[in-house]
Amino acid sequence: MKKKIVNIEKNSADFINQDNIHEKEHDKNLWNARVKRDRIAQSIPEWEELKELASKIKEHTLSHLDEYVSTFAENASKRGAVVHWARDAQEHNEIVYNILQERKVTEIIKSKSMLQEECEMTSFLESKGIEVTESDLGERIQQLSHQPPAHIVMPAIEKTTEDIAQLFAKTIGTDPNDTDPHSLNEAMRNNARPKFLRAGAGMTGANFAIAETGTFVVCTNEGNADIGAAVPPLHIASIGIEKIIPKVEDLGIFIRLLSRSALGTPATQYTSHFTGPRKNGELHIIITDNGRSTRLGMEDFWTSLKCIRCGACMNTCPVYRRSGGLSYESTYSGPIGIILSPTFDLEKYKELPYHSTLCGSCSDVCPVKIDISNQIYKWRKLVVDKGYMPSNRKYALKAAGAVLGHPHLFRTTEAFAEKALPIVPDFLIYSSLNPWTQERKMFSMAKNTFRDWYIKNRKEKNDKY
Amino acid sequence: MISTKEHILEAIRKNKPQGTQYPYPVIPSFPKSSKDIVEEFKENLILNAGTCFTINSIEEGENKIKELHPQAKVICSSAIEFPGNKDLSKVTDPHQLDDVDVGIIRAEFGVSENGMVWLTEKGMMVTSLGFLSQHLIILLKPQDIVRDMYEAYSRINLNDNNYGCFMLGPSATADIGAVMVRGAQGARSLSVFFM
Repeated sequence: MKKKIVNIEKNSADFINQDNIHEKEHDKNLWNARVKRDRIAQSIPEWEELKELASKIKEHTLSHLDEYVSTFAENASKRGAVVHWARDAQEHNEIVYNILQERKVTEIIKSKSMLQEECEMTSFLESKGIEVTESDLGERIQQLSHQPPAHIVMPAIEKTTEDIAQLFAKTIGTDPNDTDPHSLNEAMRNNARPKFLRAGAGMTGANFAIAETGTFVVCTNEGNADIGAAVPPLHIASIGIEKIIPKVEDLGIFIRLLSRSALGTPATQYTSHFTGPRKNGELHIIITDNGRSTRLGMEDFWTSLKCIRCGACMNTCPVYRRSGGLSYESTYSGPIGIILSPTFDLEKYKELPYHSTLCGSCSDVCPVKIDISNQIYKWRKLVVDKGYMPSNRKYALKAAGAVLGHPHLFRTTEAFAEKALPIVPDFLIYSSLNPWTQERKMFSMAKNTFRDWYIKNRKEKNDKY
Repeated sequence: MISTKEHILEAIRKNKPQGTQYPYPVIPSFPKSSKDIVEEFKENLILNAGTCFTINSIEEGENKIKELHPQAKVICSSAIEFPGNKDLSKVTDPHQLDDVDVGIIRAEFGVSENGMVWLTEKGMMVTSLGFLSQHLIILLKPQDIVRDMYEAYSRINLNDNNYGCFMLGPSATADIGAVMVRGAQGARSLSVFFM
């Protein structure tokens, strides 16, 4: 069977070309989040210092991760949580299923967890006959659309209010002409509530796990993780090994950075700390690796494990803002997705590292100082080294390299293009062989090259100095 | 056969960056805001869609609850000041709080930097009170406000409670067309009573 390779260029073109609305709205909404982030970051004098500390704490933890993960597990067990360990997605999903099956749970509610997304847990549980309801509104919108989240913080940001009105009309019976976000939210609140009350288990992820106390922290704006933990008798949390931080004190830094970087708000509405099971309740923690320990051993890429999933890199990325999150066809999209996805499967995601301008804005806004754009560049080199470079790009770049590397050849080519371009027929210029003209007009060549102009006008003058 | 746990820890041990070049950093103390601490708390609470009132007596508080929530039928409280009309001590299952219109809880403290209040399992008695109630009233002593998250975490002992939550105003979402909506899944409104 031929391997599926994600064609991000085509996917993005489909998103952009669907109409004149989606791309513009998407770009606007994400840019607003970026602007809000800048404003609130600037209001904190020690912002840059916080980033540096967060980065150092994460690097320290990752380089002593075995000790901290063990300490976390020990302390969580002492407090009465049942701790499980999962090497990969399959083991993770089976542990969840076994816990549910033993307690005869057939309906669960879950809050957003990127790790559970990564494990494709929902489809696994559904195949075993368990009904899974997303409790985060954005995530529920994606679930009803049979789509994965398009953004790690704003899962349904690629949809307009009209899209959601249509979706709710079809799935929960609202009026298709009602496009008021308030009444659409109200309709979903009323639809979801009975499911919350019926659920036999609540599932969450974790934003941070503290070794010192065995506590894990979940941040949401809707309080949906808390409903899942407070109402059903059973709470299962999936925690990736990279979520560990050493001390409670560290939270002072991370909580200050997370929501400010994500949405430009001082914090999420709910920052919840679980140190043991609820009264009369049961708490299970699944500490999951799923490729993380392998990534830890990649010299160029291990610092991507510092990521706290704020999505700031996505909001600022000029490419992500236009192409939409679903075009990446991976759990993690945007700049962070470009550097995480190839660690799961380089061949499948070999096109992703080219979906960037390498402008560096992602690295600038990252609250834990991951050198995202450098890592994107390094993945490009690996794509070439592994022989995954598509042949048209390979030959084009080879030719460009030859021309640019030899000044005489460059000038000859330039002189030729200057004469040739105006007389080449359009059908040759606007053909599928020239990707430049697929979405835009061909540029025209200047009559006078900069080099000629410079020699004529400035050389003499400059030589005097 | 080695356990999955050992397998994972071994993989981490083998792959983690080696050496001591990544020491745990020294966390300095940061400059504090010089604003009036209660005023700063109020300002941030209001920015996050909360409301607040200074309450001088139980009677005044009861009148305020009626004024804020005239339609409320079921009022349930874990705070001794207001008994409400649903006895929380008789609630054995968190589902029984599904009908609560107004939940009343005392916060252990507030944080002026952002307008958050710290609620715990002990303070709520039944944690679903904080999440199934349609509206929340949070009691807070003005002297129980700390400046920032550093002070907040130095004040908390996470081992005192199985559950603790920093709550910042009512439940919120911007998942539909990036428009801010309050009352997504949790409380639709949150009012702080300074008392």
